[in-house]
Amino acid sequence: MAGGSVIAEAEAQLRDGLESAAARVPGQLGRAGLVAVALGYVGAFLVLPLVVVFAMAFSQGLAAFLQAIQDPDAVAAIALTLTVAAIAVPLNLVFGVCAAWAITKYDFRGKGALITLIDLPFAVSPVISGLVFVLLFGANGWFGDWLAARDLKVVFAIPGILLATVFVTFPFVARELIPLMQAQGREAEETAISLGASGWQTFLYVTLPNVRLGLLYGVLLCNARAMGEFGAVSVVSGHIRGMTNTMPLHIEILYNEYDQVGAFATASLLALLALVTLVIKTMIERRDPAARAARRGAGH
Amino acid sequence: MSRAAARRVLPGFGLTLGYTVLYLSLVVLIPLSATFLRSTELGLLRFWEVVTAPRVLASLQLSFGASLVAALVNAVFGFIVAWVLVRHEFPGRKLVDALVDLPFALPTAVAGIALTALYAPTGWLGTWLEPLGIKVAFTPLGIVVALAFIGLPFVVRTLQPVLAELDRELEHAAHGLGATGWDSFRLVVFPTLWPALLTGCALAFSRSVGEYGSVIFIAGNIPMVSEIAPLMIMTRLEQYEYAEATAIAVVMLLLSFGMMLGINALQLWAQRRQGAR
Repeated sequence: MAGGSVIAEAEAQLRDGLESAAARVPGQLGRAGLVAVALGYVGAFLVLPLVVVFAMAFSQGLAAFLQAIQDPDAVAAIALTLTVAAIAVPLNLVFGVCAAWAITKYDFRGKGALITLIDLPFAVSPVISGLVFVLLFGANGWFGDWLAARDLKVVFAIPGILLATVFVTFPFVARELIPLMQAQGREAEETAISLGASGWQTFLYVTLPNVRLGLLYGVLLCNARAMGEFGAVSVVSGHIRGMTNTMPLHIEILYNEYDQVGAFATASLLALLALVTLVIKTMIERRDPAARAARRGAGH
Repeated sequence: MSRAAARRVLPGFGLTLGYTVLYLSLVVLIPLSATFLRSTELGLLRFWEVVTAPRVLASLQLSFGASLVAALVNAVFGFIVAWVLVRHEFPGRKLVDALVDLPFALPTAVAGIALTALYAPTGWLGTWLEPLGIKVAFTPLGIVVALAFIGLPFVVRTLQPVLAELDRELEHAAHGLGATGWDSFRLVVFPTLWPALLTGCALAFSRSVGEYGSVIFIAGNIPMVSEIAPLMIMTRLEQYEYAEATAIAVVMLLLSFGMMLGINALQLWAQRRQGAR
């Protein structure tokens, strides 16, 4: 009889197992379904646009691609884009560090308002960011006559492009640093000062090592936007080929002239920049999960 | 004085705050206030005429309407993407997680021509959609597609940390008490998540309203049908009608600032709610 009870037990176990497996199947199906929906959405909305840029860039072969990016106007556009980013990014880097230090290391009234004001450019449409400088420095702008009398050009020239770029990339570094430095607190710096370090030494040797990865990410995002800004720059540039065309504006012109290979070849360079930005960002987060946590806590 | 001084042990307060305020004023505050001042040149009546012109109203309606639809699309799919990234292990998860930030990093003009190439009638996706009678490129639907692209990371990145911190014990408890998966999601998970979901959608919405580069190529820019509000400013500028352009800009700025304040309040409230748990 003992054998019979073992069999009954096994049967019961089997039945239980089957039942719970049956219960799990819809759950697993649901899970696989959700993953499939997520992958489908990401695939259609993020992967395909990226792939199509490179596919179109190389659609007429490597030679056509190389010819497109070696075109004198393309080279001029690349040079201008690099120049503008090389000036705008350091300006906003210095500002971002100053603002983050002031906001996170001291208590003062109006701090919340200051943080909101720093975010302002994010709430402004790119087209308006350009318009603002046309109204100040354009032909009938506030400083238009003054500039004309001195034969200076801001709008439809490089200074205007620079101003618009500085405006749209203004919050990036500060936004990245403020939550990070807030999370670090002030004790380390206060100890350094009480041990006789100067303010500059404290920043360099105490604060900076703790926030350098977040700072790097802020600079990367700032740079990506500086090189890729379209709307604001479009308003102030005047679209003079080989002179005031940045890479995104060059793309627009070629695209509107139905030069697909030319437009997508230049676009592929910017897409490559975006990919490099994402790769470095992923590496930063792998090395420094705290940076990720602080940033996400800030809802960025 | 002693209390303030005690709190300011670290040097550089005057220098850093001074520079911050000066730079902020020069780059952002003064130029923006100039815009508001310039808009008064028109006079109230003309201002009203400009911003209530049918084409302008249609464009504002389109910008806000398409942004709302795109935000709702991302509310659903962004939620699923965030959920899957936090809760499920699958091949390529890390890659997908990294790719979510692509719209932050990819220049808008590049996104614009890429989406147009995909959804144009001869494009990779357009070829399939055309026989079904679905036209995306050069219609308001195309605008929604571009804005959904731009808005996705806002929703996912706002939801992810809240989802990750969600106490799984509560769900297990609900399960132990006999709740089905759907019940525990509806009654336990969702009430914790929806403030973050709302904040993410609001961030995506406010970015979408002013978006220009990614939309302009796919929109087709047909008057009264697919012209977005920033394009109306652009068109006025190209005709050297600066005052008119400024009037439209001021309306958009006021709406954007209002939304920004609303989002700030929303974030504070969501944080407090989360903290209270």
